[in-house]
Amino acid sequence: MRDQRNLFNKVWDLHTVGTLPSGQTQLFIGLHLIHEVTSPQAFEMLRDRKLTVMYPDRTVATVDHIVPTDNQARPFADGLAEQMMSAIEKNCREFGVTLFDLKDGRQGIVHAVGPEQGLTQPGITIACGDSHTSTHGAFGTIAFGIGTSQVAYVLATQTLAMNRPKVRRIEVNGELAPGVFAKDVILYIIRKLGVNGGVGFAYEYAGSTFDAMSMEERMTVCNMSLEGGARCGYVNPDETTVEYLRGRPFAPRGAEFERAADWWYSLASPENAQYDEVVRYDAEDIEPTVTWGINPGQSVGVREAIPTPGDFPTDEQVGIKEALEFMELKAGQPIEGLKIDVAFIGSCTNGRISDLREAAAIAEGRKVAPGVRALVVPGSQLILKQAEEEGLDRIFEEAGFEWREAGCSMCLAMNPDKLRGREICASSSNRNFKGRQGSPTGRTLLMSPAMVAAAAINGKVTDVRKLLEPAAV
Amino acid sequence: MQQITTVSGTAIPLLLDDIDTDRIIPARYLRCVTFEGLGDHAFEDDRQQDPAHSFNQPQHAGASILVSGRNFGCGSSREHAPQSLMRWGIKAVVAESFAEIFFGNCTGLGIPCVTAARADLAKAASAIAENPAVPVTLDLTNLTLSYGDFSIPVSMPKSPHEALTSGQWDFLGQLLDNQPAIRDRAQAIPYLSGFQA
Ligand code: SF4
Repeated sequence: MRDQRNLFNKVWDLHTVGTLPSGQTQLFIGLHLIHEVTSPQAFEMLRDRKLTVMYPDRTVATVDHIVPTDNQARPFADGLAEQMMSAIEKNCREFGVTLFDLKDGRQGIVHAVGPEQGLTQPGITIACGDSHTSTHGAFGTIAFGIGTSQVAYVLATQTLAMNRPKVRRIEVNGELAPGVFAKDVILYIIRKLGVNGGVGFAYEYAGSTFDAMSMEERMTVCNMSLEGGARCGYVNPDETTVEYLRGRPFAPRGAEFERAADWWYSLASPENAQYDEVVRYDAEDIEPTVTWGINPGQSVGVREAIPTPGDFPTDEQVGIKEALEFMELKAGQPIEGLKIDVAFIGSCTNGRISDLREAAAIAEGRKVAPGVRALVVPGSQLILKQAEEEGLDRIFEEAGFEWREAGCSMCLAMNPDKLRGREICASSSNRNFKGRQGSPTGRTLLMSPAMVAAAAINGKVTDVRKLLEPAAV
Repeated sequence: MQQITTVSGTAIPLLLDDIDTDRIIPARYLRCVTFEGLGDHAFEDDRQQDPAHSFNQPQHAGASILVSGRNFGCGSSREHAPQSLMRWGIKAVVAESFAEIFFGNCTGLGIPCVTAARADLAKAASAIAENPAVPVTLDLTNLTLSYGDFSIPVSMPKSPHEALTSGQWDFLGQLLDNQPAIRDRAQAIPYLSGFQA
């Protein structure tokens, strides 16, 4: 009989070392990605217990969260950031782990670096001390975020204690309308299923909409799986996946690549695969989407009005009121036209070359509205280089955007890029939590990078479809 | 490791949904190479903005059991969040539901996270708010949370429950025990053997 297991279960079974006394699976981790924020305490645990890294060649480190994106001269102006930087340098040296540091042209956000180096491949299990590790699922990997103690477990044993999640297939079929992007698809899914709808599940994204997406678009979708509660999400490997990987530095070469590709194809869920649940949506129902609240599920289509608490079940109304109050928005108010102070294009969700191209297409020949601070931050040094080769940096700078070095930047508040006071930020990142962007009272509106560019140009939330025609020169 | 079967003390109510890890510990406090001192910054920004926040109330200062709502601990994987709660004094969390990474981080620190029905949580939270000194006990053997003369049922998935109550939550030790099996498994994985396996 043909193997009816979905990809998730095939990959899980392949990596199962055994069952632990607690009943959990001991799962082998094929690739461990580390960064400066969640690893120092883990290396200390190793030192305390006199342990070594079991598979140093299956571990790769980069620096991203604390990296300044303007002045990168060492020592950093922020002493705490400098301390963390020195710690990861020392730890990688002492434990024999490859580090892409600032001087290494491969540095960048950990979830941009893994794929572009070809480290991320189908059928691998990937763990990283960062919740957006789900990004790598775009390749048909099982990839999930872990805490610092677990980082120590993976360093020491290359394994984790895990419970097998259920698998929900999320099928989206049809073509996305112009001006609707991968970011809108995932915001739509989270709005439909809720921010905790995915707890206990891995998400399989399938259907013609995902089939038609580039790897970068698939990464945007998988990246935000966790914002919907699912610890990991994946797309089955296909020709798009294989062609993306061909020739990447860490991908197999020659005959080995062909053997690898055969194996990758064989992992995809068969047509008759079994799932714990299946949900289906139509691509044509998806509009450019904007969050109005304080979690990524609180969103509306750009032409919709902000909802009233009465639209929600009674037990959710307290949270809706809290969000409206914090955001200083009124139920029934249109989201379009809401004034913004800051525009941020970047992050592991939308800081890749295709995102920068989409935003640049909107910015080209136009000017950022007076009073708006607008930043473009490439996800990695290689993306930055590519963008400069294509002249995107000039398009942005001429329009009045700041062009920065690679890093997490204004996605979170661990480096100098931060909101101030009550500023409202149109952001291509993944979290609109209170305080997320560095000011405890700052406000975040999540949207696609093209929508952020449109908001920057008009100084207010704008339906990007109105700016799709190139600016008159 | 210590068997964790009961947690007793006083409790602190924070009956909100979707409390994310950025709120539990704002990112600027992640600029550190140890977890020391994180207890002082638990809920720092929320406390600044809301003088009535329960973590600001002296009557709850020594509490060891946190009572919260749905999807507690959502957001980032930062272990700094449970570390800061633990260092503040929290030894157990009772909520309607939890985000998975947060839950796993807590289990590995010996902090039980149990779930309870929303109506029961609301009753317990208001009783605790009215009488902050009421003794509260989380009994993991009988799966109850009792406060004063009342008691509500709580639940926890089987494997973390087993791990905590039998004292087997040193996962590192258990994983290390199987090193030969780990190496065996690695040999069967195609991408570790030039895709020949
Ligand atoms: S870009 Fe944002 S979400 Fe992504 S790894 Fe950096 S801080 Fe985390």
